[in-house]
Amino acid sequence: MDKKKSFLVILSETRFLHILLSIILGFVVGAFFLVIMGLSVGDAYGRLLSSVTSVKGFSYVVVYAIPYIVTGLSVAFSFKTGVFNIGAEGQFVMGSMAAAVVGILLGDLPKFVLIPLCFLAAMAVGALWGIIVALLKTKRGINEVLSMIMFNWIAFYLSNFIAGIPAIHSDGTAEATKNISANASTLLSKDFISQYKLCPTANWGILVAIVLTVVVWLIIDKTTLGYRLKAVGFNKSAAEYGGINVNRSILTALAISGALAGLGGALQLMGMGSRISVFSSQEGFGFAGIVVALMGCSNPFGVLAAGLFYGALIYGGSKLNLVGAPTQLVNVIVGTVVLFIAISVIFERIKYIQPRGRRKAAAVQEGKEESK
Amino acid sequence: MSGFISEFGIILYATLIYTPPLLYAALGSCFSEVSGVVNIGIEGMMTAGAFTGTVVAYFTGNPWIGFICGGLAGMLFGAIHALATVRLGADQTIAGTAINMLGPGIVIMIAKVLFNSTDTIPLTSEQKIPMLFRGVFDTSTVFGRFMDNVFANYATTYLVFLAVILVWFIFYKTRFGLRLRACGEHPQACETLGINVIAMRFWCVCISGFLSGLGGACVTMATSNQFRPISIVGQGFIAIAAVIFGKFRPQGALLGCLLFGFCSGLKVVLGGSSGVNMHLISMIPYVVTVIVLVLFVGKSHVPSANGKPYIKSK
Repeated sequence: MDKKKSFLVILSETRFLHILLSIILGFVVGAFFLVIMGLSVGDAYGRLLSSVTSVKGFSYVVVYAIPYIVTGLSVAFSFKTGVFNIGAEGQFVMGSMAAAVVGILLGDLPKFVLIPLCFLAAMAVGALWGIIVALLKTKRGINEVLSMIMFNWIAFYLSNFIAGIPAIHSDGTAEATKNISANASTLLSKDFISQYKLCPTANWGILVAIVLTVVVWLIIDKTTLGYRLKAVGFNKSAAEYGGINVNRSILTALAISGALAGLGGALQLMGMGSRISVFSSQEGFGFAGIVVALMGCSNPFGVLAAGLFYGALIYGGSKLNLVGAPTQLVNVIVGTVVLFIAISVIFERIKYIQPRGRRKAAAVQEGKEESK
Repeated sequence: MSGFISEFGIILYATLIYTPPLLYAALGSCFSEVSGVVNIGIEGMMTAGAFTGTVVAYFTGNPWIGFICGGLAGMLFGAIHALATVRLGADQTIAGTAINMLGPGIVIMIAKVLFNSTDTIPLTSEQKIPMLFRGVFDTSTVFGRFMDNVFANYATTYLVFLAVILVWFIFYKTRFGLRLRACGEHPQACETLGINVIAMRFWCVCISGFLSGLGGACVTMATSNQFRPISIVGQGFIAIAAVIFGKFRPQGALLGCLLFGFCSGLKVVLGGSSGVNMHLISMIPYVVTVIVLVLFVGKSHVPSANGKPYIKSK
């Protein structure tokens, strides 16, 4: 190992730098659009920054980030295990609905029983949504991306249908379910919120999200289960040759990923939503999870950071219209960030033009790619 | 009996309204996927086309210029996707996801600047895609109404079916098509035979963007008459699903889109007449697709090199 590395080599090897650079470029492109529209870059970005740095603003960011972190973990987990969980959207919706049904119908149970029960129901239903897709894939060879897209919409309409069932439908005129019982809510107490001047929907779901981050990291990096799933993700044939049951691994991976997304739905409902409305289009938490997983490079702690970043942009973006800038600017910034993260692989190829040191490694790498 | 005929006519009419946007995008998806580039950004490209089509038609007054410009807008995003994935070797799923955020983000921002609203101004009937054979059939009889429902349709509907034939011909009867398919199966072998894989894939992704843009424009210029942020909600993903359903063949994608369009048509008729819950009826297209997959389609052959960046070795 040579200690002295040139800047280019560091750039080519440090994933974190790529992401930082991508984020900067994202804001540069955003600024470019602001200038075209004749708006002040300072005003817009100043508003973005000021709205997330106050205590209240930051508590909003954390609350916003909870579902993004958890769905991000779900998608990141699936990426690690070689499947692309584009179905997190549906699993999220189903999990949310399961938690709502339990939280409304069993609302009289004490808090310490009801909340775990809601979590479990959401995880079970989310996992079920993942397992169905996995079974279709392993038993009938049906492409998982295709069936997930279908099951996202089935979940969407099923949720709308369930919201209309009299037992849980709102008593008022609202096109929504009843509110979940106070015993199923993860909101912090009113006194605590007013004492620290937090946002009204401040809840302890973020603690669950952090615990999940650690758990996912443990599963992926520290257990034989994770090793098995990753092996299948890297190379199916090699894993099978090594004695791993590939079909069972896919099933397990999608079940865990689905359970995570389902739990994300429950956390969103029990903290922020408190009831489920009849929607006319998908809310997109699962798709946001894909973006967060990508920004976090499928690393659990990266996802945690990316989720907070995304939450900050979404919340800050909702305040942009106060300075006359469109909210969609946030999508452009995030889209650019993701695009540059995708392109950043080009830095890894800088190795090839290094005169010293890394050439051998590059040659080995090249050999690998040719044999693919 | 006459009730059945007229209802069937309405179902077919709805089918022919729902299918074309999906089919344009699905044909686009075919080009990209078969050449070996996963294009999950179809949705974003459709949104770009949907917006640009209406805006250009609104300002020029000519629907066809709008329609083509819609395609070109999709192509622009296709080119970004191609630049990232084909030229720079970026991960195709990540780049596609980025396109899905950039497309709607940028066009809605432009809409805000141009119209001070996220919606565009509704097109007049002269600015919309014209309907062919309107008034040719005698609608006073049941049979005439049926014929009117089925055959008096937007010009883009006829175009898309011609496009399927054209794409099928390109894929299976031309040298370009053979090369295109080979690039998705074994790019290294292509390169040794002197085919420029990078250029092939680049143009295929651009074509994919163009067709997706047309699909988007079809939604806002034929089915409805204005662009709204909810104009394109998931059609791009359904188109991708139709292509996988059709085993990455244009004729298969046609079947997939027709099945989907037909079920959506069924939804319209059942939703009006039966007492079944609307949300359950809305589920029909998705459930039927899964059932058909399980019973009749099964495993589909994905182009071998699909999703793998091709890096030219020295």
